[in-house]
Amino acid sequence: MKKYLPVMLLAGTVIIIQLLTLITGKGFLLTQLTMSTWYVIAALGLCMVMGYAGQISLGQAGFFAIGGYTTAVLSTIDFSARTGTSVFSFFDSLGLLLTRQTIYGDTVIYLSPWAALIAAILIAGLTAWGLGVPVLKLRGHYLGMATMGFGIIVNRIVVGTKIFGEADGISNVPPFKMFPGFEISGKVGFRVGNYYFAWLVVIIALILLINLINSRAGRALKALHGSEDAADAMGVNTARCKTAVFIIGAVLAAVAGFFMTHYNGGIGPSESSVIKSVRYVSIVAVGGMANIWGTLIMGMLLNFLSLRGVFGHFDDAVFGIILVLMMMFMPDGFIRKEVFYSIKTLFRGKK
Amino acid sequence: MTPLMRIENLNKHFGGLHAVNSVSFDVQKGTIKAIIGPNGAGKTTIFNMIAGYFQPSSGEVHFNGKLITGMKPFMTAQQGLLRTFQNLKVCKNLTVIDNILLGYHTRAKAGFISGMLSTKRSRREEREALEAVLPLLEWLGIMDKKDTFVGNLSFGEQRSVELARALAPNPAMLLLDEPAAGLNMHETEGLARNISELKKQGRTILLVEHDMGLVMDISDEIVVLDFGVKIAEGRPSEIQNNEDVIRIYLGGDDA
Amino acid sequence: MALNQILQYIFSGITVGSIYAFVAIGYNIIYNSTGIINFAQGEFVMLGGMIAYTFSNFMPLLPAIIAAILITAAIGGLIENVFIRRMRKTSVLGMIVITIGLSILIREFALSIWDEQIRALRFFTGNEISSVNILGARISPQVLWVLGVTLVLTAGLYFFLKFTLTGQAMRACSENPTAAKLCGIRTDRMVSLSFMVSAGIGALGGCVVSPLTQTHYAMGSDLAIKGFTVAILGGLGNPMSAVAAGILLGLIEAFSISILPMAYKDVISIIILLIVLVARPSGLFGSRSASALKDY
Repeated sequence: MKKYLPVMLLAGTVIIIQLLTLITGKGFLLTQLTMSTWYVIAALGLCMVMGYAGQISLGQAGFFAIGGYTTAVLSTIDFSARTGTSVFSFFDSLGLLLTRQTIYGDTVIYLSPWAALIAAILIAGLTAWGLGVPVLKLRGHYLGMATMGFGIIVNRIVVGTKIFGEADGISNVPPFKMFPGFEISGKVGFRVGNYYFAWLVVIIALILLINLINSRAGRALKALHGSEDAADAMGVNTARCKTAVFIIGAVLAAVAGFFMTHYNGGIGPSESSVIKSVRYVSIVAVGGMANIWGTLIMGMLLNFLSLRGVFGHFDDAVFGIILVLMMMFMPDGFIRKEVFYSIKTLFRGKK
Repeated sequence: MTPLMRIENLNKHFGGLHAVNSVSFDVQKGTIKAIIGPNGAGKTTIFNMIAGYFQPSSGEVHFNGKLITGMKPFMTAQQGLLRTFQNLKVCKNLTVIDNILLGYHTRAKAGFISGMLSTKRSRREEREALEAVLPLLEWLGIMDKKDTFVGNLSFGEQRSVELARALAPNPAMLLLDEPAAGLNMHETEGLARNISELKKQGRTILLVEHDMGLVMDISDEIVVLDFGVKIAEGRPSEIQNNEDVIRIYLGGDDA
Repeated sequence: MALNQILQYIFSGITVGSIYAFVAIGYNIIYNSTGIINFAQGEFVMLGGMIAYTFSNFMPLLPAIIAAILITAAIGGLIENVFIRRMRKTSVLGMIVITIGLSILIREFALSIWDEQIRALRFFTGNEISSVNILGARISPQVLWVLGVTLVLTAGLYFFLKFTLTGQAMRACSENPTAAKLCGIRTDRMVSLSFMVSAGIGALGGCVVSPLTQTHYAMGSDLAIKGFTVAILGGLGNPMSAVAAGILLGLIEAFSISILPMAYKDVISIIILLIVLVARPSGLFGSRSASALKDY
């Protein structure tokens, strides 16, 4: 259980922050904190791919957008005309068809976000697999360009296709009523609940990733970064390993995009832009690359400040400056790996 | 007795260069075999073909009764054929113990999902791995460096880490690529002691090495290559008296 | 499709292809001397167009363009001196990350100077409605300017790399930096020079196409990936074949518009990039055996 002590500390911090906003009457801050938390999940996924396994990916925003747009499309299309077909009556028997009223009073039958969540995970996972198998054979600059290309493809498809709302995106996404009394939405009444739910997802993700990092597969991932030849020579199927971590990163981003879309009630093409992908990269870089805690802390900090508008006109420039300064002066990250390692061993005692 | 490894008529062409020319030899279980020869004789090329880095132009490598030509490096490792590298390939972002545990990879099975869920099997395998590799650290005298990042070790210590890593899965055979390269005299002696210790344990080793003294001391059998052709094979004493070998090492146009 | 319509597509394809070629040549020059793919390459094109636009407001076109080229080249040299030079020892990952960071900085810098508006340099000859009739197709004279400049640049670069001492020194650095150093070539100067030349070439490209395709602060990342597609198609390290590859990609894009929605034309060229990267990273014109030695 010692392994999870930092996670418990994190949970404590999360509660303290919520209480602080309650006491000081600044509950509105929870909105940006919740949004930052969803972005952090996508960054954690990239941290595994780029930080631990050493495979640069400049298309993480593409997977975030896949998750978001999947649910946005499935929950805004009206399936009324098709409810008779066998597929939809099957969905209906599972309780996956929901109805709601539009502002004009029309009844819309749409697919349950639960089904959309599964679809988002499957689509992102399959895309990552289909892209990763050929592309992860490339290295360095080539991999960077190829993944950036993937991100641009997602962006262009979203911008150029009617069903995705073209340049305007999709804006009337209904809340995700997860269970009675709780929904993922931006309504003030659910603000605290959404805050805790987002952190719950982060903590689950963190526990899974910490387990992974400390396992045989995680060691193989880190070895890929350190010396691919060495991993290969020790019997690690490097191609499969890279694909697996790429899928994990993609699924995390898609889950984040999914919840963010319900939380915001919509999604726009800017979520899939190159600059968004670069933001994830700079968060992982400033967090110390192979360091999920660094990614978590810096991701929360930077996204929160950015969403609060602290950076003003220099919002994107800040991330550019971070990348340049980090690479020039602190290529090992702002939060040094060695320091973290010694803190970790302190917590864990001797291995 | 059928040999552990049988190499049959191995050939490799690089463009117009015939780097390895119909080389055949066997490696018996429990013996140490060395491949020697001047620079460019094709030693490393043979090594790379055995370990799956190059595809031979023709010829076959049988290991443990299986045809392993055409296998990728990670597959030959899964067959129990573990190697070290001439130019160290250690993971500098990992600690000593993690580097060595990496060598145990082929012995365990837990994958990504059981790793993430930290299943019973995953944890049991980790314990077993640790039990398997700790004696190796003890033996090589790097126990006190267990949690140090490998990048902070001396070159000689990094070589020890590589050896321990290759030994971690208790391999059927070891491939050592110039294990003494870059070591000082003292370290080379230590290496020689370690290799003879391994021999006593009944391990099978195939190595490529430049250090003649070391090779003569530890090998049971030696294969001599020159310009990709096997010119001699035999016990160290036979090789030392072989005229062709003396000629390529002491005289001739390429000495 | 009528002949004049086909010709129209061909000319627009060649025009767009030329700008990709300019970017690809820039990639190649820097790649040859450093092994770096400069993700900020597209930004040089944008800077060239923007700076020339600003200067052209109060001086004739030619000096404005020359000034733009010189200033952009100086920025390229500055980037190399201040950032890249201090990075030499770090990983490929670090190089990618820093050039991406720089591209964002240049872009944001441009945004704060020239805002979000789309700018266009004035036409070199005539204006937006003047046209030349070629076999029934009506072509803007600017297209001829683009073609002319591309041809002159290609010929000039060929001459420079092949026959001048500096050009030969640059090639030597790319073949074998250590040997070049031992021969007394100042490799660090060559690296600076390559950044300057490639920034200048990008700026020149940005100027000649600006009247036709306009200049926008955020155009860089698109150009970066298209230019890279072209550099890979032509075979990285091979600036001459980049021109052929650029025109090829331009033509593919131009004709794709007649079949697919406009927004998908980028998708097509990126899919081409992915296919070439995976199937034949040495490019259409590169040699396979030489590429086996490179690390993709």
